[in-house]
This record gives sequence, C-alpha cells and structure tokens, in this order.
Amino acid sequence: MSEATAHQIDTSAMKVSDEVAIQISQMNKWYGTFHVLRDINMTVNRGERIVICGPSGSGKSTLIRCINRLEEHQQGQIIVDGTELTSDLKNIDKVRSEVGMVFQHFNLFPHLTILENCTLAPIWVRKTPKREAEEVAMHFLRKVKIPEQANKYPGQLSGGQQQRVAIARSLCMKPRIMLFDEPTSALDPEMIKEVLDTMIELAQEGMTMLCVTHEMGFAQAVANRVIFMDQGQIVEQNEPREFFNNPQSDRTKLFLSQILGH
Amino acid sequence: MAVSAKSFVRADMLAPKAPPVAQSGAVKWMRENLFSSPFNTILTVLGALVIYWLVASALPWWMNSVWNANSLTECRDIVTAAAGEGATGACWAMVRERWHQFIFGFYPSHLYWRPTVAFGLLFVALAPVLFPAAPRALLWVTGLYPFVAFWLLWGGSLWTPILGLFGFVVLAAVYRALNGRLGVPLATGCGIVAAVLFWMFLDVPLLNVLSSILSLAIEQVDSDQFGGFLLAIVIGVTAISMSLPLGILLALGRQSDMLIVKTLSVGFIEFIRGVPLITLLFTASLLLQYFLPPNTTFDLILRVIILVTLFAAAYIAEVIRGGLAALPRGQYEAADGLGLDYWQAQRHIILPQALKIAIPGIVSTFIGLFKDTTLVAFVGLMDPLKGITQVVRADINWKGIYWEPYIFVGAIFFLFCFGMSRYSMYLERRLKTDHR
Repeated sequence: MSEATAHQIDTSAMKVSDEVAIQISQMNKWYGTFHVLRDINMTVNRGERIVICGPSGSGKSTLIRCINRLEEHQQGQIIVDGTELTSDLKNIDKVRSEVGMVFQHFNLFPHLTILENCTLAPIWVRKTPKREAEEVAMHFLRKVKIPEQANKYPGQLSGGQQQRVAIARSLCMKPRIMLFDEPTSALDPEMIKEVLDTMIELAQEGMTMLCVTHEMGFAQAVANRVIFMDQGQIVEQNEPREFFNNPQSDRTKLFLSQILGH
Repeated sequence: MAVSAKSFVRADMLAPKAPPVAQSGAVKWMRENLFSSPFNTILTVLGALVIYWLVASALPWWMNSVWNANSLTECRDIVTAAAGEGATGACWAMVRERWHQFIFGFYPSHLYWRPTVAFGLLFVALAPVLFPAAPRALLWVTGLYPFVAFWLLWGGSLWTPILGLFGFVVLAAVYRALNGRLGVPLATGCGIVAAVLFWMFLDVPLLNVLSSILSLAIEQVDSDQFGGFLLAIVIGVTAISMSLPLGILLALGRQSDMLIVKTLSVGFIEFIRGVPLITLLFTASLLLQYFLPPNTTFDLILRVIILVTLFAAAYIAEVIRGGLAALPRGQYEAADGLGLDYWQAQRHIILPQALKIAIPGIVSTFIGLFKDTTLVAFVGLMDPLKGITQVVRADINWKGIYWEPYIFVGAIFFLFCFGMSRYSMYLERRLKTDHR
C-alpha cells in the first residue's frame, strides 16, 4: 500500500460539522443518449473528506465536475453552499469562486509565471489589490513548499511541483470546498507523495474535500467516507475501515481485489 | 573493474568527461554538406553552375547602373559610351528623378513634410504596442495617433479629428456608466450606438459652430492626390490595425454558443473568403454609391480601407480559430473552475495563448494584405506598382523603361514585408514560455 498509511495523521482537527456543504438529490446526467450519472443522492457536510473511487468510465470524474458546473446535469438538484446550480451564470460564477478544483493534468496557464497563475483569479474575480494577492499567493506557495519557483513558468517545473502549484492556485481563491479530479494519476510514483502530503495537510486544516483517486492509502489515512461508483451509480459508501475490510457489494469486492491484489 | 556476468555493483559513480575533440573544419563541413555522395557532388556542381550563370548574366546590368541622366535614351548612351556597344545597364536615373511620385503620388510637393511627420510618428505610436521595453506613457501617443495622422494627411480643420475622437469619448463614457449593470457586450453595444448617433447628428453642426469661432485649419489635400507608398501605407496600416480586433471578434463569434452570433460570423467569414478582393474593391468604388443616399460623398480611400479591413478580418478570424482550436480543453476548464467569466477568461487565458500560436499565420495575412493594397489600382487609385509605374512609363522621357521601376517598388515592399516577418520571429521568441 502507498506511503500515506505510514504517516501519523493527526485527525483531531478534522471535525465534521452538521452544516451541509453540498447537497445532491436525484441527479441525472446524459451525454447525448448515454446515461452517465443515474439518480445520484449525496450530502456532504462541512469538513468531510470524501474519496470517490471506481473503475474507469464509472462517472466519478463527471460527478465532481458537475459540482462546479464544468458539466451540466439534466435532472435533479445540486446545491453548493446554499446556492443551487442552474443555468443562471451569476450562481455558477459564485459557486466556482467558492469551490477550488485540481485537475489530473494540472492545467496551469503556461504563458503566466507561477505567481501570476496564483494571483490572476484573486485579482480579476475577487478584485483583490495586486500586492495583497501576491502576498496571499506567496503564503500558499510557501505552504506547498515551492516559494522559490514563484517567478518561473509552469513548463520549467516537474509534474509534482506543477500539481502543487495548481493546489496553491486554487487555495488563493480561499475556497470553502476543494475538488480533486485524479490529482496524482498523471504523476511519476516519486512525485505522488509530495502531492498527497500537501493534500493531507489541507485535510488536517479542516478543508471540505472531494477527491477522485485510486490512492487507497490516502483514502484510509484521511477520508472519513469512501464512495464507490460503478456504471454511473453510487454502489457503496462507508467509512474507510469498513469499506476496505468489509466491503458489502460484489462489485466493490471485485474492484478492491483488482486494485489491492498485487 | 571487471563486471561479473551474474551481479554487478558500482562502487564509485563516473564523473562526467569532456566530449572527444571534434573533427571540425571547413573540409569536413564541405565533405558532409556538399560532397557526401557522387549524386550530391553532381548536384553541388550543377547548382554552382546555375548560380554562376545567373550572376554572370545579371551582374553587368547592375554594374553599369546610371544614376545621372534626364531620359532613358540618355541612360543608354551613357551605358554604350562606358561599356561599349550592346552592353546593358540599369537606369536608376528614373528613380532619382521620380522617387517622390513613387512615395507620395500626387500629394502637393510643398506639403511632403506632413506625410513624412505622420510616418515618423507612426513608429512612435507603434513602439509601445510592439515592444514591451518602450515606456507605457507612449500608449497615449498610440491612442491619439489615428486622429493626428488623419489631420496631417488630409488637412482641413483640426476640429474634424477632435470631434471624431470625442465620439470615442462618448462611447467610453456610456460603456463605463453601463458596464456594471449590463455587462461587457451590452454596454459596448450601447456605447457604439451613442457614438454613432453623435457622429451622425451632432458632429457636423458642432464642427460648423467650432470652426466659425476658431478655424484651426491647414491646407486640405484630397484623396485623389494620394498615391504611391503613401497610399499603400495608409491603407495597409489602417486595415492591419483594424482587422486584428475585428478578426478576433469574428473568431470568438464563430465559436460562440449563441446561434445568431455564430451564424452571422460564419456567414460573414465564408462570404468574404469566397469572393475575390477585386470584387469587393469594385463594390467599394461602384456599388456602395447606389446604396448610399444621393449626394453623400463617401471618400473612396475610406471605402477601400473598410473593404480591405473586412477582407483581411475574415482571414485573420480563421487563423485565430486555428489558434483557439490548438488550446487544450483544460485551459478553458481551469479558467472556468477559477470563476473567471467569459471575457476575463478570453482576455487573460485563452486569447494570449491562441494569438501566440497564431502569430505566424496572422503576420502572413498582414503581409498579404499589405501587398494586396496594390490591387486598388483597379478602382483608379494610384498604387505604387501599377498606378505610379504607368504614369512614369507614360512620360516621353522614360518610355520603354521596364525593370527599374518594378525592382524599385519591389525592393521597398520587400523591406516592409521582411521587417514584419522578422518582427514576428522576434515576438515568437519573446513569448516562448513553454520550454518544450
């Protein structure tokens, strides 16, 4: 299993509150006629760390991309931080500026320096003065341990460093919820750890996190809930120890045996 | 250290060494690049022969150039006297006598300083746009330049460009007042409507009032006196600077989700690209007259500029669309995910990258546009190539001169186009941040 389990994780600060952060009810989505997400019901409380796993094509990425409306759902309801996602652009922009997103392929802006990547949205969306935005950016770059790269361009950084910049870039918007879409899948094994460490640190500070990942070590160490999806449906969800040691559904057992079996 | 077949452990890491001394030198280079095989040797020899033949046949003509003469006959006499019977020589005396027509057309000669100053100011105005090292304060010069240049070139009352400029002030004021409530596109639309209303209904009366108070007029020059490179540069520079923003809007329009915007953009682009430029120029000179109310004078140069701009914009739009298509989807998603709205994402994320990718294509289109300005000869304007050269060759003194005016005009065009090409390469190097 991955190194994350080796960490002594202090879970004392990771409290789950009663306040609802994300509420998804009876949500359905189609690509053309293909039914990708079927009757999704899910409530995420503030402070929860949820890991979503499942075979490829099971709709897990699509699900978290619906939460900041990178994908549009056709039926049902998604309420993020009290704002319902509809075609209203004002609501969408509001939700997007509250929800940070980290992508599999980092998606840094290659024509801007690391610092500019981090300050762009605060300056233009939040209207933060440039100097203040830069201070905040440097704070988060220090936090992901690459302040010395601030004036380089993304192309000069390693994959792991780029992903940490992407996390810092999201944090600069002071989001209340973070979405991770397979953040370590495009990385070399030796770089996975540095990104996971950053994410663990974030979890310890009480950030609400939804993470699509195959890093089961990470799931066991920080998640308070694991959701298993297959064929566009939530098949099983449980707290991690139960989920891994005592899976209920046959699909879950098969999946776990495939990814943990070797 | 012997390496056993079964196991091997390196005790000490190897230090890097210098590469072997290169076998360099001219002989090696020639053997590799010119005479690497019998076939290549034959090609090299043949190539050398062709070059020799070209130089040998053209060189005497260049060497016997005559710079001081009053007519082509005199030129030929001088060449014969100097190089013997049957020798040929270039007669640059024609350029020496007529260069001003190639440059200024029939612009009044005592006013040559005006286009010259306008041309000089052009570089001041371009500097902050083209080079980041130029002081940002020069952008004010850039903003005011079109109005100053218009006044210098055409003359007349200073109030004309000032009122023209004031229309843009109206636009900006309306935009600023409405932007917060209506958003960028609607506020811009309202601003444009307000500015057009101002130009249509208030411009002329205000002009009359202001001119009667204080005339501020300099000698007027009519459009039909423009010609040569003055004309080419006026049309070229105006069309280039207006077609880029228009092309960007068309490219975005073509990608838009809004059906009407998309249909209009596609229709416009496909129509303009499907029609030869000359057709559009004839439209500019003849057909527009029918559509306009009688007795409206609508300057021919202005009409040509508008049509050339639209023509170039359609091509620019397609080139930029290529740049937009080359951007990974992730860039759009990252911009969306951070909460940037459409115009913010376009301005800060998408367009800077798309334009960078499209630079070679954009500059090619601009070079083509600049050379296409010679086509205005077909609607009776005095372009340097056909218009002015014909005028010169119609002169009894220079009748029969053939190569020299074309070489002269070609050389000047080459200077401009080569300059643009070099600038685009500089820009590509400067914007290269991806470190691939």
